[in-house]
Amino acid sequence: MSPSSANFTGKARVALNDPKLRANFRRAMDGLMAKRAAQFTDRAEWTALRARGGEVRTRALAKLPELLERLEQRCAANGITVHWAETTTEANAIVLGILQAAGARKVIKGKSMVTEEMHLNAHLEAHGITTVESDLGEYIIQLAGEAPSHIVMPCIHKNKGEIAELFAQKIPGQRYTEDVDELTAAARRALRGEFAGADAGISGVNFAVAETGTLVLIENEGNGRLSTTLPPLHIAVTGIEKVLEKLEDVPPLLSLLSRSATGQPITTYVNMISGPRKPGELDGPHAVHLVLLDNGRSRVYADPQLRDTLRCIRCAACMNHCPVYTRVGGHTYSFTYPGPIGKILTPQLEGLDCAGDQPHASTLCGACAEVCPVEIPIPKLLVRLRREAVSSASAAVKGGGSGRSLAEALGWRGYAVVFASPPLYRLVSSLLGWFGNWMPAWAPMLKPWTRTRTKPHFAAKSLHQLARERGIDHE
Amino acid sequence: MENRGGSEMRDGVPDKPEAVYFFATCLVDLFYPQAGMAGMELLKRQGIRVIFPPGQSCCGQPARNNGWFEEARTVARQQFKSFPKSIPIVVPSGSCAGMMHEHYPDLFAGQPDEAEAKAFSARVFELTWFLVHVCNLSLTDHGKPVAVTFHGSCHSQREMGVREEPKQLLRSLNNVTVAELGRPGECCGFGGTFSVRQPDISAAMVADKIADIVATGATEILSGDCGCLMNISGALKKTGAPIKARHIAEFLIERTEPGASSPTP
Repeated sequence: MSPSSANFTGKARVALNDPKLRANFRRAMDGLMAKRAAQFTDRAEWTALRARGGEVRTRALAKLPELLERLEQRCAANGITVHWAETTTEANAIVLGILQAAGARKVIKGKSMVTEEMHLNAHLEAHGITTVESDLGEYIIQLAGEAPSHIVMPCIHKNKGEIAELFAQKIPGQRYTEDVDELTAAARRALRGEFAGADAGISGVNFAVAETGTLVLIENEGNGRLSTTLPPLHIAVTGIEKVLEKLEDVPPLLSLLSRSATGQPITTYVNMISGPRKPGELDGPHAVHLVLLDNGRSRVYADPQLRDTLRCIRCAACMNHCPVYTRVGGHTYSFTYPGPIGKILTPQLEGLDCAGDQPHASTLCGACAEVCPVEIPIPKLLVRLRREAVSSASAAVKGGGSGRSLAEALGWRGYAVVFASPPLYRLVSSLLGWFGNWMPAWAPMLKPWTRTRTKPHFAAKSLHQLARERGIDHE
Repeated sequence: MENRGGSEMRDGVPDKPEAVYFFATCLVDLFYPQAGMAGMELLKRQGIRVIFPPGQSCCGQPARNNGWFEEARTVARQQFKSFPKSIPIVVPSGSCAGMMHEHYPDLFAGQPDEAEAKAFSARVFELTWFLVHVCNLSLTDHGKPVAVTFHGSCHSQREMGVREEPKQLLRSLNNVTVAELGRPGECCGFGGTFSVRQPDISAAMVADKIADIVATGATEILSGDCGCLMNISGALKKTGAPIKARHIAEFLIERTEPGASSPTP
């Protein structure tokens, strides 16, 4: 995506002026926050569980190269073919190659953000392969020709009226109704045929267990299970960071993930995929492939601080609690991962030159880090990325240094000189006290502030001056 | 679950000291000196000698938050120089206190003065936390009945662990009713340079905060952070809402002066 089409600030302005969109997000995020809060009422349990979650993910990342090798071996032993993709282009080519070799023309998809990152559907469609999203939310936005606006609830930006209208337009024979059960039934009817007729199923992976070569996939609709068991071919696609060391690492993360994401103690379906149909078995695909995508993750991994980004288990609690995301919605972020996790992940995957405004789209309020189930210090990483953007010697992040301007560098240099020199600071604060309030509210540097607020008023006498006059002890 | 009491953020509560430093913050110094005077007065009334070092300026947060770490360290070092004695440093802002208490150790990691930075950080206290836990402040209300609401800054709550302390102080005043905000944990949209880098989002956030404040029915909004106050009071004035905004220290001083009257919005 080009930097201009990824203009966060411009898109935010449009989103903020859409009252329906804002209402949809506010209502939905309020609901998700309340559901999550109801799950973690016991603070000691939450603290202990998230510490465990953080430990599991940190340990897996610490041993990542070794665990990935073990995962490949164990998967191979289970009959799962493992493929490695450095880039999204490679990953798309691998998936297309597997489908073409099998003569597949129709694909049913379970929910997968990594395939969104790859723009896989468009790639397959361009090669004559039909893809149908089977997760209800993904199905809706596919009908609408849109991208997900949330990583767990992809069509959260739409209310039921909008969905009713869409279904009436796009599903043959469907009348306009806002009855949620009827709408769900319509999607279910349409999807049943797609499952039965699919040549292959493509899914994401929540956790890949190195110890046993197991792919863990959680969901609520049964579409994930159907996508991965009904068609003769299953291709699972995920990022290299999703690996866990042991099977016993799975339960604490499942608990954290479902409770943080949707406020459920556990999801309706927990799929543990450990290979294709074995001789004598009655169901399951005949072949299972696992595609492991890097797409910049190795570079994130190489930096000991930025590596924390990769702990993410994609629960979306950070965006549900983000005061910025709640107001601008997911599409404003332009890339696959919106909200706080997107603000730290996207600039690292796409480059600071491309998504450099994202780390600044935060007040650093810390609501995200407070609820993160694996303790990712998101505000600290936002500041780190801001630093990389203006650092002349930055090599840690793609596009590092691209946000540096001479004017800004001089401005901060001036700030440091004045605020580190008591005589200069005294002079400047006196000048501001005398003349600062003369600056008109329409002055260009004040305008962004004064459009919705009155101008701040410099005190006639600073506290330094008052303290001197009133004889407050100075040492 | 996230409502952790402030005292849990620290290893323990120190004994009430004979003297403390007062770090005013640059916003208080330049825009809200009365808040600083009130904060110092509250401490003095507890029999504590308050020292206001004239070399102090800013915690360095604006530079650090924008990624200019060397510039932030330069400004921080000026504070190390200005607060040399090993006595507590009390700050009438959870955000600036958070910068010094929570972020200096990271900012100075690997620097020659890392140990000095850590020792400085450990001495930093947020004002209302200090008044409640260290001073066990008890207040006598001399004002008329009034309904107020309180906005806790994000950094005071999440970095300094200051949650109930300010409201505890307000509730101890007989004639003051504390009306809770609907969303006490939600950011007001200030965010320092965020407010000018993302003015539209910031404006939407403060508009929602003001609606929340108005809905409480309070005639006064108090906060322990002057950044939030500048944002909230500026937006309140622009909308013409008859609600007064000021630092909690000023309010506490006014209420506890014998002969105090009810504040006029």
